[in-house]
Parts: sequence; structure tokens; C-alpha cells
Amino acid sequence: MCGTCGCAAETGHGHGHARTVPLEVDVLAKNDGLAAANREEFARRGIVVLNLMSSPGSGKTTLLERTVRSLGAELPMAVLEGDQETVLDADRISAAGAHVVQINTGAGCHLDAGMVARALPSLAPADGSVVFVENVGNLVCPALFDLGERARVVIMSVTEGADKPLKYPHMFRTADLVLLNKVDLLPYVDFDVAACVAAARRARPGVAVLEVSATRGDGLDAWYAWVRELVAVGHRRSTSSQRS
Amino acid sequence: MHELAITESIVAAVVERMPDTPVRRVNLSIGRLSGVVPDAVRFCFDLVTTGTSLDGAVLEIDEPRGRVVCRRCAVEFDTDEVLALCPCGSADIELLQGRELRIRSVEVAA
Repeated sequence: MCGTCGCAAETGHGHGHARTVPLEVDVLAKNDGLAAANREEFARRGIVVLNLMSSPGSGKTTLLERTVRSLGAELPMAVLEGDQETVLDADRISAAGAHVVQINTGAGCHLDAGMVARALPSLAPADGSVVFVENVGNLVCPALFDLGERARVVIMSVTEGADKPLKYPHMFRTADLVLLNKVDLLPYVDFDVAACVAAARRARPGVAVLEVSATRGDGLDAWYAWVRELVAVGHRRSTSSQRS
Repeated sequence: MHELAITESIVAAVVERMPDTPVRRVNLSIGRLSGVVPDAVRFCFDLVTTGTSLDGAVLEIDEPRGRVVCRRCAVEFDTDEVLALCPCGSADIELLQGRELRIRSVEVAA
């Protein structure tokens, strides 16, 4: 018998006794803490941050190019580009006229709050500006990582399946706005817009869905109006918090 | 494959709280509505722990069910569906439980 604890082992201790140490650590707590710090800084400086998420090829970069060209003179804006590799998207945004910083995640499949915090000094967004964060093209992983954004915009296109919101519920259930892009292709594809809208609202009841074409320009005025309203609300909030 | 980043966070959090202590077992709670796949975490765990104080540790994962409440009729029920439908037909539900992603405890040598 073990002389230390009375168990049946014959050779004394070192035979595997263990003690349990309670930890109760939330695995995402570190990211959530960094996101909260980002959110606080953005609010203090009146910066409105939009987290744009979609599958690859839905048209996020084209939408941003067009948005920069149309709204850039009216709203100060900057763009954080997330991709695994290359600065191709950043070059496109830069050519459209916005200040942009590229984050390459390498093997990473999503942006996290720490990456955004580390990119902020070089992005140096002006107080009162709009920051568009183009997340890594992926409908799964980015959903779990709060960046400190004000709103989440999920973009899908009519060349994808109309049932995508049901297949990727984590992404769509936190969307503040769904943009259905490439509607100029509707005559050529078998896509049920009403079914798509219903699926999006099954995932996120009441969510606004805007039908747009980032190449042809359909519906973009509604998208710009949505951004303007978000900025106006942000500035009202920022002003009232300064007063209080 | 966000499970790789998640698993790295788990290992880093344990090492930070139990420095220089060989860990034999890690007890996790991954809720069924969390969006994290336990099998993918198990797959990553051996890779990520290699060379750390968790090398060779057993990974135990508890998978609590989801619990939701309907915002329309206030009924609470258990579910494994992220987009659960209330028996009243409403899709407007609030998740109460099942999104857990917690390190409950670790076992170390006595």
C-alpha cells in the first residue's frame, strides 16, 4: 500500500495521483476584452467601425471601392483589409482613394480584436471617421471574433445559394445588415431572392436586407443611406457621452 | 478552422495560469451552440500542446445542450439547433445557454 495516501499502489508515490485545479476561464475572454477596449476607443473618438464579412468572391472589395469613391468626399474613411496573403485588395482600395492598411493573417482564417488594435496606429483613422474592416473571406470563423465594431454587415451574392443564411447560422444570426450583391446577374442565375430574405430573417429576425450591385450601382444609395444613418447615430451618441 | 486559434488560446490560458506545471488533463466545456466543433479542437490539441507543459495531457470535453427562450411567447426549451424554432412558430429566440467555451479545470500531479 502506498504510504502517502493509502491507495493500492505498492511502490510509493509518483504513480499518478492528481489534483484538480478549477480554472473557469472563458476561452474568448481575451479577445472579448481587447474588443471592448477597441469599442471604447472608437466610441470616445466618434469612429464608426463596420465589420464586413462574407464568403470569398461575394464582392466586398468592389463594394468598398465604389463606396470610397462615392462617399469619400463626404465622410472621412479608412479601410482595414484582412486577407491570408497579398496586398492586392489594399492596392485596389488605395487606388480608389482611401487610406488602407492590409493585415495578412497567414494561416489564420479570421481577424481578431488584437490584430485590429495592432493595426490602428498605422491606420490612424481620424476622429469622427468611418472605418470599414474587410474581414477574411469566410462565412464560419470570423463570426466568433468580436473586433469592437459598431455593426456587422454580411454580404452575399446571387451566385451563391439562397439558403446560405441557414447553412452558416452563426454568421447571419449576428448580422446588423445583409447586402445581397450582384443583383445585376439575376436574369442569368437561378436565385430566389424572397427565399434568401426569408432565410436571412430566420437567422436574424427583422434584419434589413438590401439588394445591390456593386458593379452596376443598383441599390447603393440605400447602402450609403444606411452608413450615413449609422454615422449620424454614432455622432449623436459620442456628443451625448461627452456631455454626460 | 477557427478551432486552431481557439485551441491555441486554451493552451496559452492554461500555461499562463499554471506556469511550469505539467498538466495531465484539461476539462473543457464547449456548448452545442458555440460554433466550435469539439472534434476539431481534439485534432488541434495534440498539435498545439507538443513541447508545452500540456504535452500528453488528456482532453475531456463536456458538451452542454442549448437552452433558448422565445421572445414572442416566452417559452423556454432545450435545443441543439442554433436557429431553433419555437413550438409557437417564432424564429425570434434568445440563446440562454449552450454558447459556453470554457476551461473548467485542469488536473496536475498531486
